[in-house]
Amino acid sequence: MSVMHYLIVSSLLFSLGALGVLLRRNAIIVFMCVELMLNAANLAFVAFSRFHNDAAGAMMVFFVMCVAAAEAVVGLAIIIAMFRNKQTVNLSEFNLFKW
Amino acid sequence: MESLLPLIILLPFFGALIIGVGGLAFPAIRQQEKAIGTVATLLVFIPFFILLNLFINYKEPIRFSILSWMQIGAFSLEFSYVLDQLSLLMGLIVTGVGGIIHLYSIGYMHGDKGFYKYFAYLNLFIFAMNNLVMADNLLVTFLGWEGVGACSYFLIGFWYKDMMKAKAAQKAFVVNRIGDFAFIVAMLIAYHVAGSLKYEALVGNITGHWAFWMTLLLFIAATGKSAQIPLYVWLPDAMAGPTPVSALIHAATMVTAGIYLIARMSWVYIQVPEVLMIIGAVSALTALLAASIAIAQNDIKKVLAYSTVSQLGYMFMGLGAGAFAAAIFHLMTHAFFKACLFLGSGSVIHAMEHTHAVKDPQDIRTMGGLRKYLPSTSITFWIATLAIAGIPPLAGFFSKDEILSRNFFAGHTYAIYYVYWLIGVLTAFLTAFYMTRLSTLTFEGKPRFNAEEHPPHESPAVMTIPLWILAIFSIIGGFFGLPELFGHGKYNWITHHWLSIEENPLLATQEDFLKEALHPSLGMEIFLITLSIVIALLGVFLALRLYKKHALQGDELLAKRLGKFYNVLQNKYYVDELYERIIVKPFVAFSEKVLDWIDRNIVDGVVDGTGESVQGFAELLRRLQTGIIQNYALLIWLGVILLLAQFLFMA
Repeated sequence: MSVMHYLIVSSLLFSLGALGVLLRRNAIIVFMCVELMLNAANLAFVAFSRFHNDAAGAMMVFFVMCVAAAEAVVGLAIIIAMFRNKQTVNLSEFNLFKW
Repeated sequence: MESLLPLIILLPFFGALIIGVGGLAFPAIRQQEKAIGTVATLLVFIPFFILLNLFINYKEPIRFSILSWMQIGAFSLEFSYVLDQLSLLMGLIVTGVGGIIHLYSIGYMHGDKGFYKYFAYLNLFIFAMNNLVMADNLLVTFLGWEGVGACSYFLIGFWYKDMMKAKAAQKAFVVNRIGDFAFIVAMLIAYHVAGSLKYEALVGNITGHWAFWMTLLLFIAATGKSAQIPLYVWLPDAMAGPTPVSALIHAATMVTAGIYLIARMSWVYIQVPEVLMIIGAVSALTALLAASIAIAQNDIKKVLAYSTVSQLGYMFMGLGAGAFAAAIFHLMTHAFFKACLFLGSGSVIHAMEHTHAVKDPQDIRTMGGLRKYLPSTSITFWIATLAIAGIPPLAGFFSKDEILSRNFFAGHTYAIYYVYWLIGVLTAFLTAFYMTRLSTLTFEGKPRFNAEEHPPHESPAVMTIPLWILAIFSIIGGFFGLPELFGHGKYNWITHHWLSIEENPLLATQEDFLKEALHPSLGMEIFLITLSIVIALLGVFLALRLYKKHALQGDELLAKRLGKFYNVLQNKYYVDELYERIIVKPFVAFSEKVLDWIDRNIVDGVVDGTGESVQGFAELLRRLQTGIIQNYALLIWLGVILLLAQFLFMA
């Protein structure tokens, strides 16, 4: 298996995540799609790390995972706050910035 | 000495700054009249003594620069100055007479609420005037030109709570603007043709019709600042300011700026005889017109104001005949005796105010017999009167005679100058007449006010000492320029020493203008001088006979003799009314009808239209703000795709 196969999987995952962020209305699912995009990037990182025999890429993945964990905490807290406000997490309902 | 040069320019400026800002910030300072007056006076006298030292040890022009203003490509502009003989002489007059008038003002302005403000303006004026006469390029001269105009405006309207005085200040400012516009256009021409604004670079580089238009425009600028037809109307009204201001700004210095400017550009002017003849015609008419008006005025300062206009006309007549040095000579002697006259009139007004017996302390009809009460003032006033009337050997005789005879000589080449000369002689007679009338009605005869109850008293020494200094210079000032008759001009310091360097002359001479050497015969010179003396004596004698005997009835006798014309004179030829009718009224009507409509409909329409179209466009754009976060994310995503596409396919 060459690095190419990993990259194809990675880009598929990333596109899925991006589509989910743009199209889905449920805030939790949008949030999970963001995680999916992050992990697609992680996959590309480790693939290149292995390919180049360089640990730097693998190290980067740890940083991304740390940030993703922190983001999960904050993000879920925000979603809970949103739910408390409106009794829903449907993003179409949240349009306070509308003209 | 080198390091002292910037002080000449900067000291008066610092004075204005310290006194003005200090007085504004700390009201307690305003009461310190003695300190303010001393500081202001010293900051004018120190530059005077530096200049005097430079003048006595003069060898070659001294150049210095204070500040580099801007540098745009090849065009550089500096606050740079040149002290050559002309600017040194002008600087001496400005700071010398200016310093004396500062001293006088300490007494005159005593007790005025705006004491500190007055001296701040006065110092600022000296700063601006020094810039004007010492700059080595047209633009810094123009800055000084505008600076003195602004100070003139501040000081005419010094008692601005009186609406009349505020309006007089406005009039002076607006009328001067017309001339200033011509100045700007002349500068543009100079830069367009010669590529520089330095005086040295202009000489010889402006020729043909450019020279004609530039010199004519500069003369128009001079008619504004130096009060010639058609822009002289502001000067008589400018007498609304404090009297020392009239002496300094509206008689001795600022109004002579136009003469200085033309003398500075003399080498350009002699290339265009047409313009010099125009100058001669305009100035001769101005001199005659103003002198005839002065005969029928009753306000002591108005008479002096018209006299100033008339004497400025004389100076321009000198310029017009190509006798630039003679014009500067008359400028100098005029600064002495006219400043003396104005300061004397200030002393008279001061005394009349304190008698509390008259309604208008400036009206000579309510004066008379003041000689008994104001000995110093009356003697110095009489000396200056005889000097301006042209009685030898006082200062005015020599300078006026020089200008008249130069006009006569120029008649050999261009016959028109004989006409100017004739007008000049007639004006000399009128000058002697109206000045003697003024002095006689003011100081001689019996008092026409209640002198017993509140006898007027002489001004304090701080005011009479300046009078005496100026009176002494009114006596000896003329000996600096003895006519050719004595030793073939060997003793004419003005033309042969002060204003000439043999190898590189600063001022063009009349020979340069007429392109032929003049050798007037001895008989001709004696004839001209005798005529001047006879004319002056005749004027003085007639006025004395008329007014000494009849006092105020003299005016009635004169009016009977002149008939309706006397009324015309009293109303100043209705020039103000004429301007009001043909310029001001149509202009106001035009503004109210046409410009008002344009402003409301076209200008406002454009402005409102701009606002409304922006608003309409924004109304469309705001639809983009859906408030749904995923729409924004989509736009970001599209943006990223576009950027990536550009990196991939365009690079």
